[in-house]
Amino acid sequence: MATARRPAVAGWFTMDEEQPQLLGSRCTACGAVFFPKQESFCHNPACAGGDFEEAPLSRRGRLWSYTTNHYQPPPPYVPRGDAHRPFAIAAVELEAEKMVVLGQVPEQVKLESLRTGMEMELILDTLFEDDEGEVVVWKWNPVSEADGR
Amino acid sequence: MAGAAGEVAVLGVGMHPWGKWGRNFIEYGVHAARNALADADLDWREVQFVAGGETIRNGYPGFVAGAAIAQALGFNGAQVGSAYGACAAGTQAIATARAHILAGLCDVALVVGADTTPKGFFAPTGGERQQDPDWLRFRLLGATNPVYFGLYARRRMDLYGDTEEDFARIKVKNSQCGAQNPNARYPKAFGLDEVLASPVVSDPLRLLQICATSDGGAALVLSSMEFARRRTAKPVTLAAVSTVTPQFPNTHLEMPNFATDSAAAQRAPALSFRDSIARSAYEQAGLGPEDMDLAEVYDLSSAMELDWCEAIGLCEPGEAARLLRDGDISLGGRIPVNPSGGLGAFGEAIPAQAIAQVCELVWQLRGEARGRQVEGARSGVTANLGLFGHGSSVVVRAH
Ligand SMILES: [Zn+2]
Repeated sequence: MATARRPAVAGWFTMDEEQPQLLGSRCTACGAVFFPKQESFCHNPACAGGDFEEAPLSRRGRLWSYTTNHYQPPPPYVPRGDAHRPFAIAAVELEAEKMVVLGQVPEQVKLESLRTGMEMELILDTLFEDDEGEVVVWKWNPVSEADGR
Repeated sequence: MAGAAGEVAVLGVGMHPWGKWGRNFIEYGVHAARNALADADLDWREVQFVAGGETIRNGYPGFVAGAAIAQALGFNGAQVGSAYGACAAGTQAIATARAHILAGLCDVALVVGADTTPKGFFAPTGGERQQDPDWLRFRLLGATNPVYFGLYARRRMDLYGDTEEDFARIKVKNSQCGAQNPNARYPKAFGLDEVLASPVVSDPLRLLQICATSDGGAALVLSSMEFARRRTAKPVTLAAVSTVTPQFPNTHLEMPNFATDSAAAQRAPALSFRDSIARSAYEQAGLGPEDMDLAEVYDLSSAMELDWCEAIGLCEPGEAARLLRDGDISLGGRIPVNPSGGLGAFGEAIPAQAIAQVCELVWQLRGEARGRQVEGARSGVTANLGLFGHGSSVVVRAH
């Protein structure tokens, strides 16, 4: 039985199971940070920069807003089972980067437990499984007080 | 350039009713164009420029909508322009036609947009396209369009105290107007309980609060003021057409993006993208929101209509639900919003939608919007936003 865990997209996040991070890029000329990575030209109209360094993003942020998928999205979404189960999607505001980043919320997190402004943390979780193993993506998980962190 | 110097006349407007007709989009475009030409009392062979709002779902002819519709009407040798701007494609076409007229390159132009849509969610085209953010948002997030609408709606609830009932009341309000509009897809006036009983799609939004995908077509005949004055003493005019793009860093979470721009190294602009769209049109027209008598805005969801009320300057951020509760944006109120019934009553026919907004304003300003008329309307504004940074706003004025 294959158990390999591989990222759903190459180069967008680290595969660190404990402390995963999204990987953006930073313009070496003006400091602007981009996610997903910009690698050939800077979007800042005042900058002609074209050199970028990898910029791991903050692992925690505040919930900017959230919603659900009560219906199964169309392809290329890959269903996780025969019957669609609603799951939440979070928009999280990163303080240092001053940007909002989307991510799924793990299926076991109840919608009712989410509140705008609560602290969220990046984790790795299964997006779907195929013959070669588990396909993994980043998700936003509530930092519960029970964690004591 | 402000005020009357930059105006063009709207000689005619026409539509093909929105629905799920399942025919080729060119049929809807031709139907709408012929209605607009008849409304203008103009022979098609007199049209010197054809601007087509393009669709992307109809194969080869879909990508060349201007020429495809000109051919269907019978090639007359006119100049042609075809414009793509996602939901703002119609305004791109209007802007192209208007610029040709203002530059003196033509006297009279036909603007057409039409679409045939698939059933269900809008989805990206097929294949394995790992470089395409529109493909990746479905694969990595399952982020359908309603997901973005749900995020905006929930944000309003948590930030401003808007309620699910507020959002449902938008649908009720607009469906009452839509029921009076022969071009709308849904002839039904929904009750509050019905809306709140429809299934949740993307919390807090329900099926009846999210716009459907429709077939439809809309067209305008535009001309120079000089050409128009030979036909009518007081034409309705386009006082402004805005196709503004965002300013970096864009801090509004836009479909289909995964993230906003970062405002850490560069300060966010004073006006957000949405707030800049109608502002740019007002500046062109030399008018302000206080001069408007009605508005047609892009209610992809019922809650989004409230976002637009604020973005086009009808009230301060966070106050739109109060406008709704006070009846200000209902028919008979201070500034009715979406008296056509809006997307909630029409559904999206993407390249036609921004043109249809202008058609409605023209009928309203002429006093021809039977059953949904905004009494004494003299000026109106449209607002819309196309994927990938296509702002869209038109100010229409009676004289
Ligand atoms: Zn730069």
